Amino acid sequence: MANDTCFNQQTCKPGLFWTLLGLGGIVVLGMLYAFFTLEHHGHVLTGMDNQIVWGLPHVFAVFLIVAASGVLNVASIGSVFGKQIYKARAPLSGMLALAMLAGGLAVLVLDLGRPDRLIVAMTYYNFKSIFAWNMIFYNGFFAIVGLYLITLMDRKLKAYSKPIGFIAFLWRLGLTTATGSIFGFLVARAGYNSAMMAPMFIIMSFAYGLAVFLVVQTAMYKWNNLSLDERILSRMKNLLGVFIAASLYFTVVFHLTNLYFAKQWEFERFILLEGGVYTALFWLGQIVIGGLVPLALLYSPGARQSIGTVMVAALLVIIGGIAQMYVTIVGGQAFPLDLFPGYAESSSFHDGVVHAYAPTIYEFLLGFGGIGVAFVLTVAAVRAFKFLPQDDFKTLEAEEA
Amino acid sequence: MARLGHWLRLAVFLGMAAVLATPSQEAAAGVNLPKLEKGKGDACVEDTETMRRHHMSMLKHQRDKTMRHGIRTTKHSLKGCVECHAGSKTGSVASTKEDFCMACHAYAGVKLDCWDCHATKPAPKTPGPVGKAPRPDASPLLAATVNGASQ
Amino acid sequence: MSEQNNLEGRADGDRREFLKTGAAITGAALAPGVLLYGVAHSRAPEQPASAEVRWGMLIDTAKCGDGCSDCVTACNTENGLSGKTGPQDTQYIRKLDIKDLRNGRVHSLPMLCQHCEHPPCVDVCPTGASMKRADGIVLVDRHICIGCRYCMMACPYKARSFAHEPITDQNPEVPRGKGCVESCTFCVQRVDREELPACVEACEANGHQAMLFGDLMDPQSAISQALKSQPSTEVRADLGLNTGVRYQGI
Repeated sequence: MANDTCFNQQTCKPGLFWTLLGLGGIVVLGMLYAFFTLEHHGHVLTGMDNQIVWGLPHVFAVFLIVAASGVLNVASIGSVFGKQIYKARAPLSGMLALAMLAGGLAVLVLDLGRPDRLIVAMTYYNFKSIFAWNMIFYNGFFAIVGLYLITLMDRKLKAYSKPIGFIAFLWRLGLTTATGSIFGFLVARAGYNSAMMAPMFIIMSFAYGLAVFLVVQTAMYKWNNLSLDERILSRMKNLLGVFIAASLYFTVVFHLTNLYFAKQWEFERFILLEGGVYTALFWLGQIVIGGLVPLALLYSPGARQSIGTVMVAALLVIIGGIAQMYVTIVGGQAFPLDLFPGYAESSSFHDGVVHAYAPTIYEFLLGFGGIGVAFVLTVAAVRAFKFLPQDDFKTLEAEEA
Repeated sequence: MARLGHWLRLAVFLGMAAVLATPSQEAAAGVNLPKLEKGKGDACVEDTETMRRHHMSMLKHQRDKTMRHGIRTTKHSLKGCVECHAGSKTGSVASTKEDFCMACHAYAGVKLDCWDCHATKPAPKTPGPVGKAPRPDASPLLAATVNGASQ
Repeated sequence: MSEQNNLEGRADGDRREFLKTGAAITGAALAPGVLLYGVAHSRAPEQPASAEVRWGMLIDTAKCGDGCSDCVTACNTENGLSGKTGPQDTQYIRKLDIKDLRNGRVHSLPMLCQHCEHPPCVDVCPTGASMKRADGIVLVDRHICIGCRYCMMACPYKARSFAHEPITDQNPEVPRGKGCVESCTFCVQRVDREELPACVEACEANGHQAMLFGDLMDPQSAISQALKSQPSTEVRADLGLNTGVRYQGI
């Protein structure tokens, strides 16, 4: 038995490891069940239709992909900007980025109408399509971040970690730009069609990624009965605060530009005031739970000593992030296309009405399955390799002095 | 020692190859060759050997020419295959494992997804909306000419 | 006559002969140049669709019958669609009722794929399955469509549907199946043998004659003449897609 090689634990807890792996495995099995059922019966079993063509699976998939590129930011701050405490966390950050991207892509692929043609998606490229560019960015991300991880974890290759880390940083900026542009380039829809989408997704990825990183890091420290150094916690929580504030700022500017364009008024009235579930998710989910409350928690007087407070704030950011994706992706489609501005429209094809969307169990299974994939990969990686941050407090103090 | 290791590895490799090869030999010996119903007409568009080896590339070539460029020659069209090879019992090329396409494909274990979209039966011969003879004025080019000239 | 030689040179089967006889008879009553132009359209099966032609449609909303949906029925029959109108059911063409919010004037019109010159669905398709044929017809190549539905997000006209269920008993000329995106093809299988799209034929048959189909590149065609003589509207003209379907009377 390999129970004595627990790289990230002071005392081995094989029971806990297998329990976590099993729980994640069940979620992944659920995803596979949904996939095979949909593959056989078609998307008729889902709540998605010709109006809401991308639903809950895409909400989770895009969140995971955006957060995946964001979580790599921790490594980038270390390698590119030379910050010691982030350098120590670079391997964990790189590994999480790969695991989350794999989870997000699994959802996207398993939701395709013809998932059996994945090879087509990999061999036929329409270079005018931002979606095709995304596929190139995803594949490249695996290659570059994989290489980056090797240079970070192999002493002999350590010297290469800085240049490759820099490439990885540029690549992830490209990736999130492309992901945001999937929506930003949709000229026909009032809810998308905005140059703000790409930079907004980048800023949000910083926040979501760091939040995910803090949650995983906290779990790993807890597992080992370690406590995070107060200085490190304080720095990371302040950084999360800055990212949340920046995300809120971008959200405000995005909606202000839309309000300024007369054509988008109706859409803004829908999202901000009359959209029912989307309005509620926007204000309560994205703004309050995902923005204002975590900000208040992070800058509350006791936060720099309280890992619990920071952990709650990070979890709220993740919940708010999923709410944001739901508002962006589903809300953007629920608002009807306006074929004839200035006219009321009606037809047998649901023109001119707000489209209802009720996800079924299969969409939940697919969406959570993506998180399950990322979770299982993380648990297995943490078991097999050394990912627990190794802080060198001497250099840390030197840096602070 | 290194030499011994080398031989051991070779032995393991050969043993595994033998194990893997055995079932397929049995399968080849135990399963009857597919029986194919003779198609309609005198002969296929190419000789049998060519069809066996190359029907898939002909179909793929034709598919892209028709789909992308609107070239509608009938010699290598899938619709042509279906018209001649639809089974006498089922009227289809792929509804049972005895039908023309499935007989071989089931035998060879090669999945094909033509029939996810394409009809497995020829068009009904009765004059319906599909087989209807066109009216001369149904041609847009003629309608255009007539209308254009009348203005 | 040179026209006659020209016609015979392209002879190909009974139907074509029949068409050409018709053309020759008509030709006798018309200026020879007009007929020649018409013949230039006709395309042998081995010839690819030509960029010299751009198929288009002109819909006169004044003639379109309120409550008439013959075009929709004909489309469903031709393309083997169920005709159901649930949120997951495929519709290539639909009757759209619009009402001017300022003065309450109502129009009823068929809405279908607008066969844009610059189709957003073609731009966004990751695999190139969404494509525009040389003669301007926008199609989905189901052989390489992976069912990602990004084209449905991109289409300004909501013209596309996703096949949510397995499909059997297709029209042999109109293959369609689960997991791919689909939309109006201008009945490309009919156009390629010089017939009108099913919807246009139905609209003519019931006497409304609200739909005119033809070659936008041919200045002599009925559709070009009509577009030249009367004002017409391009839906979402602000997007600059140069649609192949135009409307009159709005």
